Amino acid sequence: MADHTIHCDIVSAEGEIFSGAAKMVFVPAAQGELGIAPRHAPLLSLLKAGEVRVLTPDGQELFFFVGGGALEIQPKKVTVLADTALRAKDVDEAAALAAKQRAEEALKGKIDKIEQAEALAELARAAAQLRLLQKLRKIKG
Amino acid sequence: MPGTKEIRSKIASVKSTQKITKAMEMVAASKMRRAQERMRLARPYADKIRTVIGHLNAANPDYRHPFLVTREPKNVGIIVVSSDRGLCGALNANVFKTTLLLMRDWQAKGANVSLCLLGSKGLAFFRRLGLPILASVTGLGDKPHVKDLLGSVKVMLDAYRDGQLDRVFIVNAQFVNTMTQKPEAVQLLPVETIDGGDLQEHWDYIYEPGAADILDGVLMRYIESQVYRGAVESVACEMAARMVAMKAASDNAGNLIGELQLVYNKARQAAITKELAEIVGGAAAV
Repeated sequence: MADHTIHCDIVSAEGEIFSGAAKMVFVPAAQGELGIAPRHAPLLSLLKAGEVRVLTPDGQELFFFVGGGALEIQPKKVTVLADTALRAKDVDEAAALAAKQRAEEALKGKIDKIEQAEALAELARAAAQLRLLQKLRKIKG
Repeated sequence: MPGTKEIRSKIASVKSTQKITKAMEMVAASKMRRAQERMRLARPYADKIRTVIGHLNAANPDYRHPFLVTREPKNVGIIVVSSDRGLCGALNANVFKTTLLLMRDWQAKGANVSLCLLGSKGLAFFRRLGLPILASVTGLGDKPHVKDLLGSVKVMLDAYRDGQLDRVFIVNAQFVNTMTQKPEAVQLLPVETIDGGDLQEHWDYIYEPGAADILDGVLMRYIESQVYRGAVESVACEMAARMVAMKAASDNAGNLIGELQLVYNKARQAAITKELAEIVGGAAAV
């Protein structure tokens, strides 16, 4: 049994989000999505904003939103150090939309480079949250 | 009846002060519990990221990140975490004292000291010293968020990377228990080597995209989480100190009211006796 699962920890600076066994973990790494199966080679990567999917041994699929972060893989352990990770169901669609709107408005107006970079990051984040929400909705029916 | 009216109004004023201090005590007690909870929640992240850095140290001996390299200490940066509000006993004074000792220590060794101040009490205190203040954040509130701290932490990290700082310390109150908060200075940069633990001796990670970028990201997050921990712990300390200080204030107000009540009763009794004597004297005269 131990060989077919991998221990997965998802933590953010403001709290622990998930800790438990998984059959497979999918993460949005800096260079594209990664699927991590048990006994993966040690790997270290940065994450971008997106969803982390965890397939639990009993066949459930769990979704978590991360706003970026770092990822460490050891053969028996995955650690996701999320910057701001929330439970997917807590992600408020209205807030995501509002954030997106704010970011878009900010992009339209006259702003300096730093503000623009911030706005772009916020836009990416809001888009990722929306994608995740739509996916969750599809699953539920 | 000279005095009784004044004493009565004095009692009323002390009573209303006591009401305030009692309310503050209770508010601080409940906020302290929440702050302690947040302290507990921040722990897993700090532990995990420490392990990752330990692994990194063990795995990758050839690339040395600037955050891991010890330099000649010519310039020292100190991050001071204080509260935004007062009425919390000697908490801030103790933190400042520890900071001043640390500063004197490094100045004696010929280093320049610059500061980064979190919390408005620290800003008000250290502004008078005329030392360079690189960054400051105030108004963090009872729930400090990581994103509020990032700016000032980045200022310190950038200064370290550019060689403007050779050491970075953080001074904050550590939560021992409700009655005791101990100010403590901890070195943030360079990151002291952390033991890699129980891994086999020769192996390396696959790095995506590159080792330098990832180390940078992980170390930065590590420092940020340390500063966040400092801020959260400082809030817990502030609440605990305020709770104790307000309890003492309420008790003192209680004692004061007791004493005043005694004086008031005596004055009233004296007035009644005097009036009686006057009536009796008057009746005798008629």
